[in-house]
Amino acid sequence: MTVLTPNVEVQASVARGASVGVRIWAWWWPKLLAIVIVLAFWQVIYWSGWRPPYVFPSPLEVLQELGTMIGTERFWSALWTTLTRALMGFGIALIIGTLVGILVARIAPLRLAIGSLITGLQTMPSIAWFPFAILVFGINEQAILFVVVLGAAPSIANGVISGIDQVPPAFTRLGRVLGAGPIALYRDVVLPAALPSYVSGLNQGWAFAWRSLMAGELLVIIATKPSLGAQLEFARQFSAAPLLLATMLVILILGMVVDSLFATFSKKMRTKRGLTLD
Amino acid sequence: MTEAVSIKNVGMIFRSTSGETEALRDVNLSVNDGEFVTVVGASGCGKSTLLNLIAGLDRSSSGEITVGHKTALMFQDATLLPWLTARGNVELALKLNGVPKNQRRKRAQELLDVVRLGEWVDKRPHELSGGMRQRVALARCLAQDARIVLMDEPLGALDAMTRDHLHDEIEALVKERGLTVIFVTHNMREAVRLGDRVILMGSHPGRIVHEQLVELPHPRVMDSAEVATRAADLTTRLKAQQPQLLGADS
Repeated sequence: MTVLTPNVEVQASVARGASVGVRIWAWWWPKLLAIVIVLAFWQVIYWSGWRPPYVFPSPLEVLQELGTMIGTERFWSALWTTLTRALMGFGIALIIGTLVGILVARIAPLRLAIGSLITGLQTMPSIAWFPFAILVFGINEQAILFVVVLGAAPSIANGVISGIDQVPPAFTRLGRVLGAGPIALYRDVVLPAALPSYVSGLNQGWAFAWRSLMAGELLVIIATKPSLGAQLEFARQFSAAPLLLATMLVILILGMVVDSLFATFSKKMRTKRGLTLD
Repeated sequence: MTEAVSIKNVGMIFRSTSGETEALRDVNLSVNDGEFVTVVGASGCGKSTLLNLIAGLDRSSSGEITVGHKTALMFQDATLLPWLTARGNVELALKLNGVPKNQRRKRAQELLDVVRLGEWVDKRPHELSGGMRQRVALARCLAQDARIVLMDEPLGALDAMTRDHLHDEIEALVKERGLTVIFVTHNMREAVRLGDRVILMGSHPGRIVHEQLVELPHPRVMDSAEVATRAADLTTRLKAQQPQLLGADS
């Protein structure tokens, strides 16, 4: 049921026992090459004069702007606001998604009733919730938080449900043979067995939370609170193209960093369980 | 001798949307305290169903099963939990058996020493060979502190050499601890090698067709002529009961 974010990233192969330097290089060079490709493509379009420079600035200009931007207090305050919202929304979604997931996986009538609803919610673009959220909560934090939670919780719940569904029957049988009651069976067997799928759900939930948050910060602009999304909107209004692109770079990098944290954790866990090939 | 397991007129019928399947019919079996009983039959003869009933995992459709002590069950694939180390797997059994936390580590180490895996306690299941995994499963079985051990083809997937080793070890352990064992297999020679008594089961529906005491002295060797002769004799008997049966050889 869970639609997992397809992972197209491939790691450069490293010989067993390679030195730390070689490993770091093997991790970095594909990323550096990606950056070089993007910058080269960008520079070529800039040179072609497709759009005037004040609308479509050169990479150098944007990187300079990025340098200036991270020196300002306003940027760090915007970053702080955005990250706080993301973590808070994700945290609430984590609690709600996990609890709902366990209940739905466990109670058959609830599953029939809510199971398809969760999948439905997952396919609903979260930005479509904003008009309603603004109507109900007003232009404020709650409106943003509401949509972020709605964006992330279904994926997390689905991760829990499919994780519990995929627990091999032999494991639950073993739990009973060892004398586990219903609570011990969940605590010691079912939930640990469901962990890989749960982590995938969390990863996907994070991706949805991050997207919902950016949509929210563009739509729900609170004047007293600078945020990355609001900064995008202001940059557009003032035609500050370098600032706009520099902010986009920050958003991209943040998303990639969190995703690689999930990937690292997930890989460690899978290796521990003998689920990886190497 | 006291009775460890008593099975009287037990029948088992599985009902599903496609109809009823009679897995066991009128099974009668009495296992004495400290006895090593092996059960042989082709796949689908209800051997595992019978073990599940004795272990209390299922309820029989008819008849009566009395079990004198706590039972432990060992499966064909070791069924170790992949996120726990060898020690972790044994500790879980101790935990669920009510052993206080501060004693578990030491007890698990002792049990893994018993199955000669003392050096491997921190390995995870995927880092162990098939034979080692079954040893961990054996240690986990012992951790349950049960007097009756039910083994469901525990060595079926192992190579001959590892299996012979484990035969010796299981036999020694069972004797030392005075355990009662019901050991299910489809390998007649293995059954003769281990059992004080061999129970032959026929299929469709599963039922006991013959019982045979094995009066050979221990320790026996699986490839010895005595074991082979007896196994061949029993195989002929089983085949006579089930003319369509082809699977119970070797």
